[in-house]
This record gives sequence, structure tokens and C-alpha cells, in this order.
Amino acid sequence: MTTPLPSTSVAPSGAGHRGIHVEGLSFRYDAAGHQARVWTLEGLSFHVEAGEILGIAGPNGSGKSSLLKLLAGLMPPSEGHIRLGGQPITQLSQLDIARVVALVPQDYVQVFPFTVAETVLMGRFPHRPSRLWSLGVGEETEKDLACAHQAMSDTDVWALADRLVSDLSGGERQRVVIARALAQESAILLLDEPTAFLDINHQIEICGLISRLRCERQLTVVLASHDLNVASQYCDRVLMLKEGRLSRIGSPDDTIRPDVLRMVYGCDVVVDAHPQTGRPRVTMPMGISRA
Amino acid sequence: MESSAGQLAQWKHSGAILTLQRWLAIIGGLAVASLAVCVLCLQFGATRIEMGTIALALRPLLTAGEFDAAGLGASAIIMVHIRLPRILAGFLVGGSLASVGVALQALLRNPLADPYVLGVSSGAALGVSLAMLFGIGTTLALLPTLPLFGFVGGLLSLILIYRLAQSQGRLPIQSLLLAGVILNAILTAFIMFITSIMEPNRSAGLMAWLMGSLTAPGYAALAVFAIYAVGGVAILMQKTQTLNVLTLGEETARSLGIETERVKKQLVGLTALLTGAVVSVSGMIGFVGMVVPHAVRMLVGSDHRLLLPASALVGGMFLVVSDTIARTILAPTEIPVGIVTALAGGPFFLYLLLWRKNRMM
Repeated sequence: MTTPLPSTSVAPSGAGHRGIHVEGLSFRYDAAGHQARVWTLEGLSFHVEAGEILGIAGPNGSGKSSLLKLLAGLMPPSEGHIRLGGQPITQLSQLDIARVVALVPQDYVQVFPFTVAETVLMGRFPHRPSRLWSLGVGEETEKDLACAHQAMSDTDVWALADRLVSDLSGGERQRVVIARALAQESAILLLDEPTAFLDINHQIEICGLISRLRCERQLTVVLASHDLNVASQYCDRVLMLKEGRLSRIGSPDDTIRPDVLRMVYGCDVVVDAHPQTGRPRVTMPMGISRA
Repeated sequence: MESSAGQLAQWKHSGAILTLQRWLAIIGGLAVASLAVCVLCLQFGATRIEMGTIALALRPLLTAGEFDAAGLGASAIIMVHIRLPRILAGFLVGGSLASVGVALQALLRNPLADPYVLGVSSGAALGVSLAMLFGIGTTLALLPTLPLFGFVGGLLSLILIYRLAQSQGRLPIQSLLLAGVILNAILTAFIMFITSIMEPNRSAGLMAWLMGSLTAPGYAALAVFAIYAVGGVAILMQKTQTLNVLTLGEETARSLGIETERVKKQLVGLTALLTGAVVSVSGMIGFVGMVVPHAVRMLVGSDHRLLLPASALVGGMFLVVSDTIARTILAPTEIPVGIVTALAGGPFFLYLLLWRKNRMM
């Protein structure tokens, strides 16, 4: 927001590193001694183009967060493949993945008094050289500091640098977490419910920030959201999950439709056009009717 | 670009991030203070030895490089063979407890965690209690065997905790805490059983040891313990950046490139071994491992690169001073140092809780 960004300093990898390909992905949580395990995700195949914002929507428990965790390499797929920029995720080390994918988790609780600057600098962890013997003091390179500074300027938390994270409001804290993910300098940004728990003002701010970052940094963004209007207004395409299966993927006009939403969520909603963008807008109907 | 460079410089000076200068100033200051505390505490004991005498006694040690006990008076012998090893042991114990406390608080993401939370300490204590019950207390190859029993007990309970908490190759934090609490309860019951069937005068000795007591170890035993303590803390110091990232939560830590399962096992194993070694030489000295990291965190911030070594030095000083009080306050009778640390640490903790609630964590 303060300084325009030289694009050379933030595009770490070629375009090939920025797309995601998912093929026949299935996942279930292992429960020992539990024979009748159900698939959390089953047979998902889709891809995310470089520089695209893909929204993931679906009812509670449909597998949105699990899908994000799989894309972030936090859990291995039970079946199928995920390729990050052509590389199978199973062949990448945790550190390699961290250099390609950054994750903004749903909630972030810090019990210790870390400052905002310290927190954002932790995003540089995957880029620290690993040495056999090092106390790690004074090892932040100029590049680390510049990246963190840029990320904090972009998310407008620079003025909070020496404040404690625990003293911030929800909106400020969310921006700090996004700044930490940006400092990671990865080409793919995954966000889990980025607007949950935020008031309308902060929701607008975070959504605007995500669109702006996508343009400025050519990021590939995957965001899971309960808010169908966020998915509709800010995403290029929306992936609808129902009970772990891909029920529809396509442009907001193609997915945020009364018939699709009834099929996925099992309820009737009012969908009209947003007065400014013309994209679908979802509101609750008067009186509750269930099909 | 110039304004951005200016902002960066300002950032370094505002205390928002840790700089090498600040690290050196704080750690250097604490190291000097530690040395001063250790030397000053040499004066106190059942009999007071003046600083002048200490200087006289230390001089041949420094110039000749060799200590000639025969040529010196009784006070020098007391100093070199009783007080100095005890002060060194106290410093190592306090420093290890505080370091382990820092590491476990970060790993468990719980500012109330202390070195005894995982139950390894009870295992070590049970080992020592058993040895005392069966009257095994002689030395083996110059080393007292009691610490050995303690260490083996701690090691066995560590293996047990791993077995209890592990599921499918993973080590969930919740299971780890639960297993620790349960194991603590069971092992403590065994220790209580042992004290109840012992002869009263021997069980009193065991109780005093369980509350935490320092004794003057021989230099050979001290050297073995020092290798464990210094080595363990040095390895922990290599993990400080990982500890920082672990406070963000396990999933975030993994998304930042940390193989959390491997790191958790390393840290649990390392802290357990260090705790086992400490308990085996000094019993269960409470509060150092919980209160010192808290206090130091409030003063220097949460960055573990500074917090861990600073806590180690402050923990060492705290225990040396506490032990000096323990052996002088009712001289010639000594009270267990665990009582002093609890009486000093408990109220301090209450103060934090009541008056500095908002800054506590």
C-alpha cells in the first residue's frame, strides 16, 4: 500500500512452479482399529492455474480444511496425486513445500509475547541456511529483512512492527498472519476461512488485500470460505465440495446458482446479481423452506 | 528505497527484532553477573569465609594451575572441596532446569509447563528411592551410583511415555501431556509407598532429597554431570529458531518446513534426558523451570535465541542464591533448597498472576 512493488523481487520461481494439479485425490483420517472408515475426500481431480484465485466452498464437514491441508503438504494423500508446479508433493521435503506453498490457517493463537516483526520474520524460516552449529543470532540477511518489510507494507502492518501480536485486534492479527505467509515468498498462497470472525469492514479489507496481492505478486491463491459472497465476488473459479466429493467447479456464474446450492447445501437461497459487479449474490430467503 | 532502508534501521533499534548487539549485551551482562554471584556465594555457609581469604586461596590455583591442599588452611579446603563444587552443581542444575522449562513451554505451547510435566522426573526419583530402599549407595568407578539409578529410572519412564503417547508413529501433544500426568501420579504413589515402608530416619532423608537438595559432589561426578548439562543445553541452543516457529502451532510450523514429528521426538527425548540427569543429582527442585522462563520472557521478550541462554544463566544464578540461603538461614542445619525456591518462586508467580496478568504470557 505504501510503496509499489518491484515484481522482480517477489517472483521466486518460474510460472511452472505456480500451478496445482490434483488427480484422483482421496483422503481419510486413520483411526486405529476402526474398520468402517469413511473417506474425508474422495476422487478429487482439478487443477489451479498459475495466478488464479480458486474458492473452495461447501457445507460444514465437506472437507474444505482437509483439502487445504493436503495441498499444503501437512498430511499425505491416501490415494491419488498432488503436483505443485509439476512436482509430485510426495517427492518434496517439508522444507521444499514451504518454499512453494504458504498457508494462512483459520485461527492463530499466540500464547507468548512475540512482536509483530518477529512473527513476520518467522516466515523466512524456510530460507534460513541450515548449519551444523549456529546460535541463529544476527543471521537475518538483508534479503530476509527486506522481504519481511515488504510483506508488512503490503498488508499495512508496518506501523505495528514492535507491538505484541497478543495485543492486536482480530483484523490486525489476520493481516500479520498473511504478512508472515507473504514473507515466505512462495508462489502459492492457501487461506483457510480468511474472513471468519472478522467484522464487515475487516472482511472488505482482507478480501481487497487478497485480490491486490494476486495482481501485484502474481500469486496463485486457493481460499476456503463459508461465505459464498466472498467466493463469488473475489474468486475466478469456485470448487463446490459435498461430503468429500467434487460436486461442481467453474466460474461463480456457473457455481453460485440456486439449483447447485440446493444440491450442495440442501436448502433454498435467493441468488441475484451484485449491483456493482454483476456476479451472483446470495442472500437468505424469507421464511425457511427446505426442499 | 532510501526511506525503506531508514525504516529498516529504525526497526532494528526499536526492539521489534533481536539484534546481535542486544544479544551480546544481555548475555554478556548475565554471564558477568553469574560469575560474580558464584564468587560472592563462596563466602557463605556454616562458617563465613571472607573474600580476602578466598582470593588468597584462589591465587595459587590460578598461578600454579594446581591446587595444593596440604599447604592451605581448613577454610580453603572447605571452599574448594565443599562450597565450590556445590555452587557449580547448583549453577548447572538451575541452568538446565530453566532451559528445559523454556523448551517444553514452547513445545507444549503452554506457559505453565515445567521440566517435571512429562513424568520423567518421577521415574528418576523412583529409581533413586528404590536404590535407597535397598541400601545401594556405594560408589562405582569413582562415581556415586545413586545418580545412575535416577538416570536409568528417568530413561525407562521416557520410553514408557513414548509408548503411551505414540499413535501410528506420531506423538500428539495432548496424549503426551496426559501420559505425563498419569505416569507422574502412578510413579509418585510408588515413591510414597517406599517412603512409608522405610525406617523413619532414612525416609526423612529421602523426603528431604525428594524436595530437592544440593550436595557437594566429587569433582569426577561433577564432571560427568557437567558434560550432560552443558551438552544438553548446547544442543537445545541449536533448536531455538525451531522453538520460535513451534510456538505458531504445529500445523503452521510444518507449513514453514519443520518436520514436526521428528522435532517433537528429538525435543522430548533431549529434555527428558536432561531432566533425568538433573533429578538424579538434586532431586525435584521446583519452580526454577517454570518461574525463571516466565520472568526472563517478560524482561527480554519471547525470541528463544535470546530467551533460552538468558534463562539458563538466570536459572543458574537463582539456584545458587537459593542454595546459599538454604544452607545459611538455619546454619548449621540445612533446609532442602526446593523449599527455598518454592517459597521464593511461588509468591513471585502469584505477583505475576495478580498484578501483571495482562503481561504474563
